[in-house]
Amino acid sequence: MILSRQHAEEIFAKVLKYSTADETEAIISSTAYALTRFANNTIHQNVAEEGGALSVRVVLDRRMARASTNKFDEASIRHSCEAALALARLQPPDPELLPMPGPQTFRAVHRFRKETAQLTPQARAETVRRVIARAEKDGLTAAGIFSSGCFAMGLFNSRGLSAFHEETVSEFSVTMLDESSSGWAKKTSPNCRELQPEALAERAARKALESRAPREIEPGKYTVILEPAAVLDLLGYLFSDFAGLAIHEKRSCLTGRVGQQVFGANINVRDDVYHPRQSGAPFDGEGVPRQRVTLIEQGVVKGVVYARQTAHKTGAEPTGHGLPLPNEIGETPVNIVMEGGRTSIQEMVRSTKRGLLVTRLWYIREVDPYQKILTGMTRDGTFWIEDGKVQYGLRNLRFNQSMIEMLGQVEMMSPPERAAGEETFDMVVPAMKVRDFSFSSLTKF
Amino acid sequence: MKDFAQQALETARARGASYADVRVMDIRQRYLSTKNGQPAQVRESESSGLGVRVVAEGAWGFAATDDLSRASVDRTAAQAVTIARASALCQKHAVSLAPETKVVDRWLAPCRLDPFTVPVSTCLDLLLKVDAELRRVEGVTLAEAVLDFRRIEQLFVSSQGSEIYQVKTQTGAGFVATSFLGNEIQRRSYPNSFGGQYQTKGYELVEELDLVGQAPRIAEEAVALHRAAQCPSGVKDIILGSGQLGLQIHESIGHPIELDRVLGSEANYAGMSFLTLEKLGQLQYASPIVNVVADATPAHGPGLGTFAYDDEGVPAQCTPIIEDGLFVGYLTSRETAAAIGQPRSSGAMRAEAWNRIPLIRMTNVSLLPGQGTLEELIASTDDGIHMETNRSWSIDDRRYNFQFGTEIGWEIKNGKVTRMLKNPTYAGITTEFWNACDAICGPEAWTLWGTPNCGKGQPPQTMGTGHGASPARFRKVQVGVAYKD
Repeated sequence: MILSRQHAEEIFAKVLKYSTADETEAIISSTAYALTRFANNTIHQNVAEEGGALSVRVVLDRRMARASTNKFDEASIRHSCEAALALARLQPPDPELLPMPGPQTFRAVHRFRKETAQLTPQARAETVRRVIARAEKDGLTAAGIFSSGCFAMGLFNSRGLSAFHEETVSEFSVTMLDESSSGWAKKTSPNCRELQPEALAERAARKALESRAPREIEPGKYTVILEPAAVLDLLGYLFSDFAGLAIHEKRSCLTGRVGQQVFGANINVRDDVYHPRQSGAPFDGEGVPRQRVTLIEQGVVKGVVYARQTAHKTGAEPTGHGLPLPNEIGETPVNIVMEGGRTSIQEMVRSTKRGLLVTRLWYIREVDPYQKILTGMTRDGTFWIEDGKVQYGLRNLRFNQSMIEMLGQVEMMSPPERAAGEETFDMVVPAMKVRDFSFSSLTKF
Repeated sequence: MKDFAQQALETARARGASYADVRVMDIRQRYLSTKNGQPAQVRESESSGLGVRVVAEGAWGFAATDDLSRASVDRTAAQAVTIARASALCQKHAVSLAPETKVVDRWLAPCRLDPFTVPVSTCLDLLLKVDAELRRVEGVTLAEAVLDFRRIEQLFVSSQGSEIYQVKTQTGAGFVATSFLGNEIQRRSYPNSFGGQYQTKGYELVEELDLVGQAPRIAEEAVALHRAAQCPSGVKDIILGSGQLGLQIHESIGHPIELDRVLGSEANYAGMSFLTLEKLGQLQYASPIVNVVADATPAHGPGLGTFAYDDEGVPAQCTPIIEDGLFVGYLTSRETAAAIGQPRSSGAMRAEAWNRIPLIRMTNVSLLPGQGTLEELIASTDDGIHMETNRSWSIDDRRYNFQFGTEIGWEIKNGKVTRMLKNPTYAGITTEFWNACDAICGPEAWTLWGTPNCGKGQPPQTMGTGHGASPARFRKVQVGVAYKD
């Protein structure tokens, strides 16, 4: 049974009964989630879970601590309050700690779909059966997941702040494998009816079939067309640097670069939880309403996000992007919306003399934190383009590429779409055509 | 715990499960950290619940709940059977498990000093002392230190009559000094990156690490890296410190030997493996001096992959993986062992928590020691680079092509360390790299490292794994490739 607002408020009333702190906050949540997983054209894992969480933060004489439990009974609530109080008493005071925020007003977002919350294991299995049939039609092997679930979260504090959000999630991803090649496609949405699993299966199958018998190219700098999932997974390693505390502590690649022309003039990015293709709650980890923040405007680093504590420290205004306290990170943008262009991927291919089309990237890691050099591999559908046409599949390549340089070399963009990968959170991003993307080596498949 | 577990088993049986196992878990964590002179995170959490895994109509189902009431346990067990019947709609072959005998046992991992009894104020005092030592060095712009304690109490019961109670206490500790200067961020970590050292031990691990004593050296290295020469690009002999080598083992041996990857179970997410079945007993994985085991037994040491029984009730084992360079073994489960005709699981099924199914995970995948000291190894190297402490890591989805970066390097010329190098990276192909290993230091330089953050599975699971290693040398390796223009 998913948590209602009324139930969450009742739990918080009990928290206040047991907390003797100067200030008390509780984050109360519950989740019901199920995932059907298939591989080798069969369902091999099929799981469901239900659970809740109560996380109590107390402040006592400017000493702060948090204690959590996954039980809502009276004894567990009391124990969490006492544990948080005991932890708080044992530490030195923080003279910079702000009082908790008072009551806030939130703009509503509607991200709960009953049809997603009610999706059954039988319905997921029937969909998977059709996807497997598509694989078998061409002698392919399918692997993937179909998941659905819902969660609810309330955030309350003793100064009268009261916030509540509920949302459904669904995801379908599929990898189609041939003997020498593979293809992949994925989609997520609060509404399971938007996933279109069979269309995704068709797309993954076509990629696997069209990249059969992949050839090798020499590593080097090439024009690449990055599909939205590839763009997303790269950008995920950049936008955590758009955080006020990261800059204040000089661990961000934007240290000394805010207000400067860092990227190409065609790059425009904002953080916008209210975008219709975005997901998540309209408040942050302290219950502060999320604001739209322009991060990059015509290539200039225009803004960064701030938690209340960071904003106070740096003389800025909070933007509603703080993480639950206490934490080391401060804040982070999580609803990235990148403006795109009007060029389709097909048009990008037609405009390319020699280059690569990349479906997705894999195992991306930061090599250099200030130059923002990332390394990683292509995966599940990498193609050679010549004279405006996709010619054949390629063996996968390793890249080493600075994100700062890459976002100065974007030649074309598609309209943005909600994209999902495996390395970061979902974003609204376009496909991109990028010149001089740097590949350093090949692998054996 | 036992009542809930038995009740779930009975319900699963009554609903038609041909096999069922139940794990009831209680997990407690305390996480304490400091940053630039102040406590950063001071928090505790507790999570308990029950997971029911069943086979019905020849297919798998799993359901989990944190509501340990009689009604909820019944509902969860019934749900697992319903899910298994849905799986059967898309089933090619009925699930078959390698045989395993019934076990009734209990095991408590050795823990000399319970970390949950150490006053929080004592822990924070220690972290703040480390913090002060780090920030005493001019040029350190960020000082971070952490202590992380976890207790995992678990009861496993199965429809075959097994009943296994285990308790593990795990401790992690470490710190990081970061220095920003000009257009460069440099970082040094101790005793390892990404949280430090983790073992299945009590607070005694913290006492062994001498965190305060090591802080000045680490802080000075972080600042000195700004003045160091850039790691050159080219082909060099490299010596990997044991911490970095632990991660090299993890990525390029530990993951490829997981038989579920080999058989395609992870094709959509974590990936597959180049170690296809015909390579078992045939592939010269490494040079003849290389011997690797996957050893979960307490005799191997207090690794994060140490236990008495895995999460299918299979006893911990020491499985030879590479013998004299030859590939000889996989990490297996009861299902995958049966699939390739092996008589028994190697005991490598592990679940992150009560709400996750067990998957094949690394236990302690360790490189057995050779001989000699690090100093002797450096003295016998003409033109090389000694690299220590991981900074970045990446490998393809079949585990061939890898690239690693480390926090620090030292140039070696004619058997002597000549200067510090910054931004070291190296890259290669797994089997070529391991066949280029020509020296492994001895047992006195061997450390059983903990990797607390290994991700796998959908929904994702994070697992701690162990990796024993002593410093080793690899000939003619591509270095500096990440920064090559």
